Amino acid sequence: MADESVQREALIAAIENVAARIEAEKSTLTDLDSAIGDADHGNNMHRGFEAVVEKVDEFEEMSPADIVKTVGTTIIGNVGGASGPLYGGSLMSASQELEDGITAETSIAFAEAYLEKVKDRGDAHLGAKTMVDALTPAVHTYKKSIEHDDLPPLTAFAKAVDAAERGVEFTVPIRAAKGRASFLGWRSVGHQDPGATSTLFIMQEILKTAEEYLDGETDAEAVAESVPDEDPEEAK
Amino acid sequence: MKKLVNDPSDYVDEMLDGMTAAYPDRLRRLDGTKVLVRADGPVDGKVAIVSGGGSGHEPTHAGYIGDGMLDGAASGEVFTSPTANELNEMIQACDAGEGVLCVVKNYEGDVMNFDTAAEMAEMEDIDVAQVVVNDDVAVEDSLYTSGRRGVCGTILVHKAVGAKAAAGGSLDEVQAVGEKVIDNVRTMGMALTSCITPEKGEETFDLGDDEIELGIGIHGEPGTERTDMMTADEVAEHLTENVLSDLEVEAGEEVVTIVNGMGGTPLSELFIVNRKVQELLDDRGIETWDAWVGDYMTSLDMMGCSVTVCRVDDELKDLLDADVDTPALKD
Repeated sequence: MADESVQREALIAAIENVAARIEAEKSTLTDLDSAIGDADHGNNMHRGFEAVVEKVDEFEEMSPADIVKTVGTTIIGNVGGASGPLYGGSLMSASQELEDGITAETSIAFAEAYLEKVKDRGDAHLGAKTMVDALTPAVHTYKKSIEHDDLPPLTAFAKAVDAAERGVEFTVPIRAAKGRASFLGWRSVGHQDPGATSTLFIMQEILKTAEEYLDGETDAEAVAESVPDEDPEEAK
Repeated sequence: MKKLVNDPSDYVDEMLDGMTAAYPDRLRRLDGTKVLVRADGPVDGKVAIVSGGGSGHEPTHAGYIGDGMLDGAASGEVFTSPTANELNEMIQACDAGEGVLCVVKNYEGDVMNFDTAAEMAEMEDIDVAQVVVNDDVAVEDSLYTSGRRGVCGTILVHKAVGAKAAAGGSLDEVQAVGEKVIDNVRTMGMALTSCITPEKGEETFDLGDDEIELGIGIHGEPGTERTDMMTADEVAEHLTENVLSDLEVEAGEEVVTIVNGMGGTPLSELFIVNRKVQELLDDRGIETWDAWVGDYMTSLDMMGCSVTVCRVDDELKDLLDADVDTPALKD
């Protein structure tokens, strides 16, 4: 990707877009959480990103890795609940992977580190009706698209977002095994996971921003063809 | 829906200000945090007991700060665990050099944030131990859940560990007492209505006039089962039977019971439930050593109750009977 100042500008724009999207979807997320949780996911995420946006001026002087780390620590400091450690703590740890700037290679390492941290902290596995169900297909698709299919990162990321969307859909018909939704047992079936949903919103905003900043077009046709029509469970 | 609020985002902040204004000689707020500590703390020579969790459960947790119970309590946003940073500040502020026991309720957010806070405090050479309360029998403890929730049994843990610490128990001894209560306490709750979180401003779930939720937690979340309306006796029987069969209490054993209100149920109804609970225990030859009735662990304005049973021996009886002086629980 371009030099550090452009990376910084893109990153700040992405953060602002994510914050705006979370604010706009606050009640969507809270409504999803009302059905199978405790009705606070939208407010919690909003409180975190509101605090992040207040720090945007400080970001002007920071490296991309430090910006991502600061977003993480700010979320940890302001959100609480499980979302604070899961979203914030994982960003903080994974930010180390961006110390040499944002490239195709470092972004894959970042995505993998982020997924691993979320799974580790949340003790969650694929199919437990959590954000892991959106992240896993996204991270796998992103890595495969770049490393095996030699696609440009932007195209790879568009495919990853598409995969995350299918992951979110996958959370609907399955029973929760982690988080507060697991307390509902079978009653959790039929509801979409709020954490997987906010994860998708964040990725969609990053993609939207990347499209504005990265040269080259997304290959829409390649995106459409990329994700096989398989049941994620069978694909294991 | 009508509520006594100003800006909903100031809900917890303003509640805590109101609490310290009510008990200025008992409670002190750590600057820039939502942590309340004993005004006279840290107490020299004593293991500190701290707790915390989301708000909306009042008088839990800050109402139990005082002699014989908690040294500090961290309040998160409504139904949201406090941040690790604030928990760490609480641990540091309460430590008198004898170590700190964290009483944690089994929710992923609470456990993650307390774990992180303990690591932070240990880096400052503070001894930190933890007990995780998981008394809710409505949830099966299996690979397919996040384990059982910590609910009203937490109050008995606070009471017992607080008394043990006040009596000069070491951190290990205090922790062992906490584990003992946890091994012997079970709870199950039910709701007649959901509750209204201040930010959302409407009920978390809809319940028909002739329906109730069984197996609810303390966050306005739906329970494990929705059924037709029952009488007070039927509710008492359902909750008590589930709790007793899980705890495997036998005739001749002694127990403490709590009929706990969820925040929106009048005390009179709780007494009606308690009447039946005691009758059921009596029928089985189980002896109630002490019966508590009241709002101890609430879920905002939810209507409903929970039934807690804790098996007690001489040690636990002494600790649960020991002097206590807090805003919400006195001798």
